[in-house]
Amino acid sequence: MNDRIAPDQLAPAPRAEERKPAPAPVATRGYIGASIPRANAKRLLEGRGCYTDDIQLPRLAHVVFFRSPHAHARIKRLDLQPARAQPGVIAVFDGRAIAEYCTPWVAVLGHLKGIKSPPQHAVAIERVCWQGEAVAAIVAETRAQGEDALAHVEAEWEELPAVTDMEDALSGRYVIHPDLGDNICFKRELVTENFDAAFAQADLVVEETFGFGRHTGVTLEGRSILADYNAAEHSLTVYHATQAPHMMQDIFSRHLDIPEASVRVICKDVGGSYGIKVHVYPDEMATAAISVMLRRPVKFVADRLESFLTDIHAREHKAKIRLACTKDGRILGFDLDDLTAIGPYSVYPRTSGIEGNQVVNLTGGPYRHKAYRAKMHVVFTNKNVTCQYRAVGHPIAVALTEGIVDLAAAKLGIDPAEFRRRNIIPDDAYPYTFPSGIKFEKLSHEQCLDKLLEAMDYRALRAEQARLRATGVYRGIGLAAMIEVTNPSPAFYGVGGARISAQDGATVRLEPTGMVTCLASVTEQGQGTDAIFVQICATAVGVSVDKVRVMTGDTGVTPYGGGTWASRGAGIGGEAVLQAGKALKSNILDVAAAMLGVDKATLDVRDNAIVDGATGEAKLPLAEVGRVGYFRPDTLPMKFQAELSVTRHYTPREYGFTFTNGIQASLVEVDTDTGFVKLLKHWCVEDCGTVINPILVDEQIRGGIVQGLGAAMLEECVYSPEGQLLNGSLADYLVPMSGDVPDIEVAHVCTPTKQSELGAKGVGEAGTAGAPGAVMNAINDALAPLGARVTDQPFTPERILRALGRI
Amino acid sequence: MNPMLETTITVNGTRVTRRVEPRTHLVDFLREELGLTGSHTACEHGVCGACTVRVDGEIVRGCLTLAVQANGRAVDTIEGLSDSGEIRDLQAAFHERNALQCGFCTPGVLMTAQELLRTRPAATRDEIRDFMSGNLCRCTGYQSILDAIEAVLIARRQARPA
Repeated sequence: MNDRIAPDQLAPAPRAEERKPAPAPVATRGYIGASIPRANAKRLLEGRGCYTDDIQLPRLAHVVFFRSPHAHARIKRLDLQPARAQPGVIAVFDGRAIAEYCTPWVAVLGHLKGIKSPPQHAVAIERVCWQGEAVAAIVAETRAQGEDALAHVEAEWEELPAVTDMEDALSGRYVIHPDLGDNICFKRELVTENFDAAFAQADLVVEETFGFGRHTGVTLEGRSILADYNAAEHSLTVYHATQAPHMMQDIFSRHLDIPEASVRVICKDVGGSYGIKVHVYPDEMATAAISVMLRRPVKFVADRLESFLTDIHAREHKAKIRLACTKDGRILGFDLDDLTAIGPYSVYPRTSGIEGNQVVNLTGGPYRHKAYRAKMHVVFTNKNVTCQYRAVGHPIAVALTEGIVDLAAAKLGIDPAEFRRRNIIPDDAYPYTFPSGIKFEKLSHEQCLDKLLEAMDYRALRAEQARLRATGVYRGIGLAAMIEVTNPSPAFYGVGGARISAQDGATVRLEPTGMVTCLASVTEQGQGTDAIFVQICATAVGVSVDKVRVMTGDTGVTPYGGGTWASRGAGIGGEAVLQAGKALKSNILDVAAAMLGVDKATLDVRDNAIVDGATGEAKLPLAEVGRVGYFRPDTLPMKFQAELSVTRHYTPREYGFTFTNGIQASLVEVDTDTGFVKLLKHWCVEDCGTVINPILVDEQIRGGIVQGLGAAMLEECVYSPEGQLLNGSLADYLVPMSGDVPDIEVAHVCTPTKQSELGAKGVGEAGTAGAPGAVMNAINDALAPLGARVTDQPFTPERILRALGRI
Repeated sequence: MNPMLETTITVNGTRVTRRVEPRTHLVDFLREELGLTGSHTACEHGVCGACTVRVDGEIVRGCLTLAVQANGRAVDTIEGLSDSGEIRDLQAAFHERNALQCGFCTPGVLMTAQELLRTRPAATRDEIRDFMSGNLCRCTGYQSILDAIEAVLIARRQARPA
């Protein structure tokens, strides 16, 4: 009974001749460095992407979770039978039922000495430790029927004391997990030999305590999983919005007892990750277990309230920092005491000790002091868990460092830009070992500072600021230099015993028509992995970008690898693609040389053809190599076998991490009557080594900066003293909208890493790392003439008015 | 169980009739009943704009509109606007500037942007920023989105006879 749309209402599909010709390669490095639009963005622009929730399978059931209303409580009674009787309900499960199919986990790593955490189950058994923890699962024919049935679950609780304050947790007044002895998940201390002497000889020691609001990633697409168990072959296919398909394959295999090779994780389009979708979530594990239990496909998609209650949070820190310096403005050392709370469990499998560990590693980052002392405690609380979110630890370390650096500069009456120039590690000082023990291959702080000051016209801004102050307009300029961990080696997780791949692989195959297919283990989350791999692959093989197709996100198809996290996709995955592409080219030339009966060394692949390397004269179209290689290998020499499919892998080995550096600046105007801050402009100069696609890099930085601006200005998961989340909706938890953010100018210094041929370092987290520190310094610069200062993020109007003594 | 109501909606030019529960949101109806998965749900609160669709030519939040409210009316989604070619220039401008990353917000952003382009052809950049401030994008930082819309606005203005 449907009327069909009239054909003339449809715009005709573009015919081949209407399609734009492929962009031409750049002369020297092929497509490396070209701003080519992402081919895979087209489907998203037409609403024809395929996110996990878009997938429907026959007999698909939907799971919803009954979640704890209390932060800490014993489950006295749980009766699921009234829910089981509701329309459409297929099954109901408590924690014990799920545990028969899914073993618990303990999130510790060997290289984080002393880290401890209790076993965690997919669905709580006997006790709940945060508001929102899953207590029962209801499976129904539709999501709506499942949610209706939730209202019929009967539960009685014995409330237990909720530990929600970090210092209270540290005191151990009430221990959340008695078996562990205290509430300390992990602690770390380090001190350099010269520390006491440096602080004793200092002309000036400044000290400040900074607070950081617990916030979260707010992926627009909620966490999504569709698990499809095949009982006949004891195999599991999981469609999963994840950043790390192979890591999840290993975890599903071990905790559900299904052979690794019988678990296939498929990652379709992902609606935002930012580190949120790289962790093991109990409700997702339960969904996979339920698919096994019911022998049918089961889907779970977190709604917005569930996202706020159970997506990992991050960055609840309180840190005291001291800086020692000489009176001529030379930094001698830093002294850090950081306290962070992670909820009731360390998150599997990466642990919740990494963020604090990074703060210890990175504080003081850009500077050439020699003395450093750090103390850091990670404590359990009865709030949602925290773990690694975009720029892990960096926003804390940068804000602490840059905040105290500005305070020291102000005390000494030295301009903050000049103070930084005197103290940043010089560009000719590399390789360089930092007091925390981390090693830098080659950074460019001096060049970045120069470029930033020029881009923003620092002197003119200072003059304008002074002029406006005289008229009662309070503008501030803030700087934040930074270092950033990228391209992690196995030193990040593997050495600690985590089964998380630090290497990545790529398979590159010549198709019979001369096209090239590239299968890569790094995943696409919208950052442009597929696009840069097309560029790298096309360059390496010698074909145009329109001839390359990239496939990612399927453990059944791609080589084994780590996926997307810690700014590793371009630097690690990209190098694997480059080496695979070069190897394929060599193999193509072997076939061509055999076909032509000439020396391979005289040939090259350019513009989709075999050419004479010296003259550029076309010898064979690539399609001819494909035709002969696949369909007429009988025409090739008897002992010759064409190998037109090649796999290569890459692991960074020389350095634990390939550090990048950069500097950001913020210009703000504070309304001293309302406490509102207007972000007027933001600048970033960044050095990520080889830039593969400038527009993608710049957009990664801009998007990252805006997430950092959200943390600095708006975002906080607010809990009551009883551990109740008070703002679990997007109407209450504010994120930056277009009216909240300034335009952002991005520029680059390019220092390629020499560890790889590609020379690329990571860039996805740089913006988020530096933005909060820059904004904080800008606000405090604006408030300085009024004798006010803010140190607790987010810098809400209320906090600014309090600092001004207005309320 | 709620009674099912027969509901007829012209979706992207095609008339469809279904029996739906009165509580079914328009965006869920489009996604689950018709398989038009280009419209997304994200906040389910009317805040983020990912579910934006057009009803009788005006944009609405698909998560705050019931499917039965659209009975007898015309609904356009991102799939329809793409097939008709109505926003091809806008999509090309977004593509060229990488004004999307994960793409989850993008259909809603494009629906809102097209509303702006149709109803406020003289908008300034600040007015574009203001108009678009009901669509949450967590990836881009918005600058490229504003750039793309501004470029199309200027191009359409120039293409229109004075």
